[in-house]
Amino acid sequence: MKKSVSIAAVVAAAVGLAAPASAFEPNRPVEFVVTAGPGGGTDIFARTIQAIIGKYELMKAPVVVTNKGSAGGAEGFVYTAGYKGDPCKLAFGTNNAYLLPVRAKVPYKSEDLTPVASLASDEFVLWVNGKADYATAADFVAKAKEGGLKIGGSQSKDADQILTSMINDAIGAKISYIPFKSGGEAAVQLAGEHLDANVNNPSENLGQWQAGMIKPLCVFKSAKFASDAKVAGDKAWSDIPTCKEAGIPIENYAMPRTVWLPAGVEHDVVQFYADVLRKVSETPEWEKYLADSSQSPGFVTGDELKAVIEKDGATVGEVLKREGWLAN
Amino acid sequence: MENIGLLIDGFGHILSWNHILLMVVGVTLGILVGVLPGLGAPNGVSLLLPLTFSMDPISAIILLSCMYWGALFGGSTTSILFNIPGEPSSVATTFDGYPMAKAGHASRALTLAFVSAGLGALAGVVMITLLSGWVANFALKFSSPEYFAVYFLAFASFISMGAQSPFKTLVSMMLGFALASVGMDTISGNLRLTFDIPELIKGVSFLIAVMGLFGIGELLLTTEEGLRFEGIKARVRLSEIGRTLIEIPRYWLTIARSTIIGIWMGITPAGPTAASFMSYGVARRSARDNSMFGKGDPRGIVAPETADHSAGTSALLPMLALGVPGSATAAVMMGGLMIWGLTPGPMLFTDRPDFVWGLIASMYLGNVVAVFLVIATVPLYASILRVPFSIIGPIIVAVIFSGAYQVANSVSDIFMVIGFGLLGYVFKKLDYPLAPLVLAMVLGDKAEDAFRQSMLMSGGSLNIFWSNGLVSALMAVALALLLSPLAFLLIGSVRKRKNEVVAPGGDGSPAG
Repeated sequence: MKKSVSIAAVVAAAVGLAAPASAFEPNRPVEFVVTAGPGGGTDIFARTIQAIIGKYELMKAPVVVTNKGSAGGAEGFVYTAGYKGDPCKLAFGTNNAYLLPVRAKVPYKSEDLTPVASLASDEFVLWVNGKADYATAADFVAKAKEGGLKIGGSQSKDADQILTSMINDAIGAKISYIPFKSGGEAAVQLAGEHLDANVNNPSENLGQWQAGMIKPLCVFKSAKFASDAKVAGDKAWSDIPTCKEAGIPIENYAMPRTVWLPAGVEHDVVQFYADVLRKVSETPEWEKYLADSSQSPGFVTGDELKAVIEKDGATVGEVLKREGWLAN
Repeated sequence: MENIGLLIDGFGHILSWNHILLMVVGVTLGILVGVLPGLGAPNGVSLLLPLTFSMDPISAIILLSCMYWGALFGGSTTSILFNIPGEPSSVATTFDGYPMAKAGHASRALTLAFVSAGLGALAGVVMITLLSGWVANFALKFSSPEYFAVYFLAFASFISMGAQSPFKTLVSMMLGFALASVGMDTISGNLRLTFDIPELIKGVSFLIAVMGLFGIGELLLTTEEGLRFEGIKARVRLSEIGRTLIEIPRYWLTIARSTIIGIWMGITPAGPTAASFMSYGVARRSARDNSMFGKGDPRGIVAPETADHSAGTSALLPMLALGVPGSATAAVMMGGLMIWGLTPGPMLFTDRPDFVWGLIASMYLGNVVAVFLVIATVPLYASILRVPFSIIGPIIVAVIFSGAYQVANSVSDIFMVIGFGLLGYVFKKLDYPLAPLVLAMVLGDKAEDAFRQSMLMSGGSLNIFWSNGLVSALMAVALALLLSPLAFLLIGSVRKRKNEVVAPGGDGSPAG
């Protein structure tokens, strides 16, 4: 029932859009700049949105997707920031949009981009090898305090290493961090028992979990996952305890999936894309995408989004400062 | 033998006119993106990906994987005809393919390349069919020290390749390492060698370097030599294709060895580029008479092509079995799997055997289709060489520039291609080898990452490279390969001295 209502709403919205209601409407192809390589989480995020916009005709202008994922995504953000005031360039990323300029000397500042919306947040789970003898996060913490454990993750001084640093700080341990090119590599290294743990996003590790090669200990989220469908044997995502109750005092750590325009665009341009993306986030296809990749819904825009960015930037900035990773 | 039964089921799923048509379409599109330098298989597959959203997963993967096969074949065409590698993995094919085409045997070179490529790919699929379970477990044994050992092995097998002075080789290789380190460093997360130039943060693309060094560099030389391609003399003879086909069995040893190298590099995701270089290096070193290498030796075409394709094919296995992509194209296809509602990973074999074995069956059929299609295009391609240089030259320049732009949609890359073109010209004139530079650019940053990850794991101790049987064996083979030229040199000089002592009368018998 609920689903059919939302479809009706979308159709109505699409029809409504056909009339010249909005002040701005792109009159040339819109470029979706993916700040990650083809096949990665951000790539699928952008291409799913492209497909939904196409299906419901939420925008008249055609969409072109380009991948500019070098330098941890900085390539795409620098490219987008370079088109100051251009209403037809949208950058797709994560929290790296505003964290990169803080931790590396990249040739753009976060003020060079205008936040449009955040459409979802990807969660972080603490995973260990399936044969590991710890059954709970508390066991892992006890082992970690003895020293010598290794966590692997994607990139350096990025989301995974920041979380590792937060874990170390929260439990008073010295787990070392090994950076890899992608979360997929870290997943295979864990399955091969070369690492003790990783903090991958759910979708990066689902395949190995199903095969029993690795197992989740806890999720860095204030409440458990909602989905109780059995995904791996008799286990569901909702069976994973939160890290806070399991013994690692970290309340909430998630990675927002964000969309950006260059600086200097008109307010109605931001409003237009925010409306389009809101409609995207209300489709059943979007719901399915979130469920398939075990991400949490949450459409945020405007001042609310600015507040979220500020809060996230402050939390992570503290970690960067403590570790001495600030670039400036 | 259970796998063979499953494979036959797989054939049952894919044998329909609809799917065969998709294969032909996929292969044709693939050849097209492979031939155009810069576009390449990963870009081609990501362009096609949105079209597959509405297809059923089996049809979708058939279309995409056949495009991949087509692109792998197409990539070698321009390497042979114009010395411009369409794909990174076909650089090694230029070393002997282009000289052979230049000498008027373009059809022979193309046929050799296509057939050995097809054989390599089929060997890769047979391996996947028979050993899928075992290989997946083996790949899990690989961690950073093992990766470093594999890259080290690739360097070592290639080190003594050139006939040029070892110092020139060293200069070229070091330049390659320097270029590979431009951009963001994975281990520290900092930018290196970017000089605050925004265009440099994405690093120097390997494809840009290759298009400039080989393509533009070669064009400059040709212009200097009087505006003509020597390939003009080449007449297209259908009989040459036939004769080449009969010639192939003579290279069975090279093919067998290259297949093994390719499969090995494919499942330990070092990739097809490393495989083709390593296979070329090994073929050259193990040949009794290697004087023709670099001048159009057929083994110099067969070796890299076989390895390239067996690696490209085997690279799909880790993707299916572990959910980790072995190549850039495989990464895009893996994204596709998720969109089609499948989870890449070990359970795919049990949850969706129809999909997995349908894909494997389509690899057999797709590669056969691809070989037939590309061989049919040989006369067409070979006749391109008969077009006067004053017409084809500017077209090649235009293709290179548009290709350079397509790599990253960046205008600055076009200027970079020109820079590399001049560098390539200077290198040729001063007799510096290009191959070490290219190899260092491809594997340099991967080897560096693997080494530094190993050091982080071991806390700075080099003992990690001797910590288990696998890595020790790899390192031992690599060191043996690295030091063997030196050892041969020593033995040779000792023997020579002995001969001088034993036979002062001089019976004239040559030493060794």
